[in-house]
Amino acid sequence: MSERNVGPASPESGPFWEATRERRLVLQWCTACEEPIQYPRSFCPRCQASGSSLEWRDASGLGVVYAIVVEHKPEAMGEESPYAVALVDLEEGVRLMTNIVGPDALSATISTGVRVTWEPLEDGRNLPLFEVSAAKQV
Amino acid sequence: MTGTLRGAAAIVGVADAASPTGELDRFGRDLETAMVLEALDDAGLTLADVDGVCHSQSAMAFAEYLGVHPQYTDSTNTGGSSYEVHAEHAAGAIAAGLADVVVGVYAATPRSDRKQRRGGGRFTPNGPMPAAEWEWPYRLRMPMGPYALAASRHMYEFGTTPEQLAEIAVSTRKWAVLNPRARFSEEITVSDVLASPMQVAPLHLLDCCLVTDGAGAFVMTSAERAKTLRKPPVYVLGAATCHDHMIISQMPDLTTTPGAISGPAAFSMAEIKPDDVDILMGYDSFTITALLHLEDLGFCSKGEGGAFVEDGRTAPGGSLPMNTNGGGLSYTHPGAYGMFLIVEAVRQLRGECGPRQVEGAEVAVAHGSGMVLSCMSTLVLGTEATL
Ligand SMILES: [Zn+2]
Repeated sequence: MSERNVGPASPESGPFWEATRERRLVLQWCTACEEPIQYPRSFCPRCQASGSSLEWRDASGLGVVYAIVVEHKPEAMGEESPYAVALVDLEEGVRLMTNIVGPDALSATISTGVRVTWEPLEDGRNLPLFEVSAAKQV
Repeated sequence: MTGTLRGAAAIVGVADAASPTGELDRFGRDLETAMVLEALDDAGLTLADVDGVCHSQSAMAFAEYLGVHPQYTDSTNTGGSSYEVHAEHAAGAIAAGLADVVVGVYAATPRSDRKQRRGGGRFTPNGPMPAAEWEWPYRLRMPMGPYALAASRHMYEFGTTPEQLAEIAVSTRKWAVLNPRARFSEEITVSDVLASPMQVAPLHLLDCCLVTDGAGAFVMTSAERAKTLRKPPVYVLGAATCHDHMIISQMPDLTTTPGAISGPAAFSMAEIKPDDVDILMGYDSFTITALLHLEDLGFCSKGEGGAFVEDGRTAPGGSLPMNTNGGGLSYTHPGAYGMFLIVEAVRQLRGECGPRQVEGAEVAVAHGSGMVLSCMSTLVLGTEATL
């Protein structure tokens, strides 16, 4: 696929992107209500806690497909297609947009189990993508 | 003018931030959020009480960050006076019962932004747009991608089929055939829709709205003055709005839009039930969009939209005339189509629609959908007989 359009991190999501340098998927958590927050914020939109109540924790990298589409772009758009774009529900309870990649990408469907995999970016960060996890087909 | 705002609403909490150094150590969404939380605390309220959000750039983006689902939204930007305009509009909304607790906010840190070289490009002082950070890298094609995601989920949860979505395009085209100004005027079949090129599966080309030029306008005045003017008045019987996200990955449930809040609220204000609606102008950016409106506005139960649109129920002669101008799918769609919903609803209620006129129409609903199923606004319009 052509070059990724990945911008800078927001002030609140720096730790997410820094962890991707080590291929670690981390999530922001609110320790006051024990729930993860996505996207990262300066406060917990559930209970309004902020400051030391917010922390970063490793995620398992496992999830299931919540919704999935296959892009059929005209050749004129200059990108290889088809490819799959999905919303994935992580075990921890947050939803991420991603691409499903790998040999089974186009046969993935809603409720297919997936696990994180990484695509290197030019600046040393890695972009989290997901591949079908045979072990966790739901 | 009728009515007055005098004494109808009150400011109950305030906050501000400033420093003798001329600099603040917080900025962007963090600073905006801190101000809102402080002002709410000043009032003895919390975010859970908030049902109205004003922001001079995007009340939708800020509400998403706050995690609130407001039914009153105001992104008016008049420069430095935006916040007085927000207060004026909020007072009007509260006086009319459209909102109970409205927050307005402002934050800017030009001095520290310059020093710390924040801003520029996609990085506003608020940080990159969440879409840039969490969605753009994955190359979901806009605008059809988010709607295709919703369609995929609706198909999975309720067994909705591509054929059922296609029925919407087919029925809408039948209306377009009756509108001499429609972009497309040839009848189509379900097979035509399914044979049209796949765009973002499961959506085909004929599941998608047009791209055309287009323009429209409306004029509104008091009911009293309306009676003295040239055309039969079309009255606003009810109106309500709700947004629950800005970007699709933040939508709480891809199969239920905030129309499930705005629709019933507007119908209740208008004192009507879905059965009373003679014409539904439901924003059809895509076939799935129209299907979701039918469910969320209560014309059928959640999940039953696919079966509802079979057998031409929304076509000419059907029990629920929908998008009688030919819709965004076949009439016109310049990018933001909501104006055309209102114009057609008014013309139908005035009886001006010629071959596509729905005889005896007295109640019409213009239901607009903004961004990516993000903000729904429902307007119930009626003839004099409905008052
Ligand atoms: Zn919390």
